[in-house]
Amino acid sequence: MVEFKDIHKNFGKNEVLTGINLKIQKGKTTAILGPNGSGKTTLIKILLGMCHSSKGDILVGESNTRNNWSYRKNIDYLPQIANFPGNIKVKEIIAMIKDLRHQKTRDTELIDYFELEPYLNTKLSHLSGGYKQKVNLVLSLMFDSPFVILDEPTSGLDPLSLIKLKDLLKKEQDNGKTILITSHIMSFVEEISDHISFILDGKVYFDGSIDDLKSNTGETDFEYAIANLLKHNHA
Amino acid sequence: MLKILKYSFFDLVRSRWSYVYFLFYLLLSSVLLFLNNDLSNTIITLLNVVIVLVPLIGTIFGVMYYYDSQEFTELLLAQPIKRRSIFLGQFLGVATSLSLSVLLGLGIPFALYGLFESNVIFDFLILIVVAVFLSFIFSALAFNIALSNTNKIKGFGYAILLWLFLAVIYDGTFLIALIYFQEYPLDQFTLIATLFNPIDLSRILILLKLDISALLGYTGAIFKDFFGTLTGSLVSLGVLAVWVVLPLWRMLCIANKKDF
Repeated sequence: MVEFKDIHKNFGKNEVLTGINLKIQKGKTTAILGPNGSGKTTLIKILLGMCHSSKGDILVGESNTRNNWSYRKNIDYLPQIANFPGNIKVKEIIAMIKDLRHQKTRDTELIDYFELEPYLNTKLSHLSGGYKQKVNLVLSLMFDSPFVILDEPTSGLDPLSLIKLKDLLKKEQDNGKTILITSHIMSFVEEISDHISFILDGKVYFDGSIDDLKSNTGETDFEYAIANLLKHNHA
Repeated sequence: MLKILKYSFFDLVRSRWSYVYFLFYLLLSSVLLFLNNDLSNTIITLLNVVIVLVPLIGTIFGVMYYYDSQEFTELLLAQPIKRRSIFLGQFLGVATSLSLSVLLGLGIPFALYGLFESNVIFDFLILIVVAVFLSFIFSALAFNIALSNTNKIKGFGYAILLWLFLAVIYDGTFLIALIYFQEYPLDQFTLIATLFNPIDLSRILILLKLDISALLGYTGAIFKDFFGTLTGSLVSLGVLAVWVVLPLWRMLCIANKKDF
């Protein structure tokens, strides 16, 4: 589905990614994990063409992402920090993105699902962080694309909304969607994902299923297994 | 691209600053027409204002709009849209809304005063064409500056400096050079130096059309020889067009390479 081939990225002297090789399988949910500043978001931005890799290529399906934009038609992306223009209303931004993409949408269904109805006429700058994240979720999931990228989808959500998000994602998995997530909430990752890719020092340090990780590290608990990865590397 | 243009344009048209800008021109030209009681004189007075103010507002507005809409731009970048369309659309949105403010702000009072029955309609048209060109040139330059500087304060600083340079400092150094080298033949130099500054070029273009080049003395005669002819007018309009295209081309190059 998606293949990262030897991706390098540096910002000036700061080398963030030093040769990422990774395959994301179709119909599976892959979680990209790593400590703060390990380059998870950068990797996703390169996949989306928002950043350019210094070296290496990414294949989405058959097409190379370099100097290409049409592959993004089949991607739904949830950005990490929901920065919206403050002076427009929730309903306006949804209409705008719908108009720009011109694809089939399921926005009303999602607005209902996340109970955004009463906020449709509110300006985005007046929304709380959690509601902004809900708008963010509606905006990115409304096109029902086969490939979904979620960068920290849980940030700012209350426990009830978190459960709703999990249920929604499980439904998406049953529909055969390919999902790529990053998160620092380990229980969420454990519940949702089939596959873990752990990035450390700009390289893929571990790539496999959760069970593989547990047996590799000799831990029974997922959170401790991840902590173990980190500790052993830095020791 | 047209959709982005549409959104940027309407976003700006709805904003308070576009109205302030429009009302300023409306008020200025009405007052000047009332005081001067003469279309031709008013055009000359307006020329002096337009030539300094349009570039200033164009630069400030362009930089401000870019930084203000950064978040929206990032949202757009993840959508299946070409990068070129995003930035070209935003630029055209800014430039056209600015041009529209000038066009309507100056056009309405002149039209009411009876511009269409007078014989200076062509001079007025040149004033408008120049104002539109300057809006496009300076918003393109502003987008260049904003795209190359992530730091807003630096971006604003460079934008103001650019305006100050082209509107004031360039003329100053130009004059000093003329005085310093006055014993040498300077006609060619003057002509060429004028072409390199869009503000100077616009000023000369209008002054010569208004038949007051006699005020400019000997250099004026040479200018009249060059700019007064059809070729001269075409060359200067062409140079103004180059002043739009070059910054625009560079803007798209930077936008294509930039990491967001």
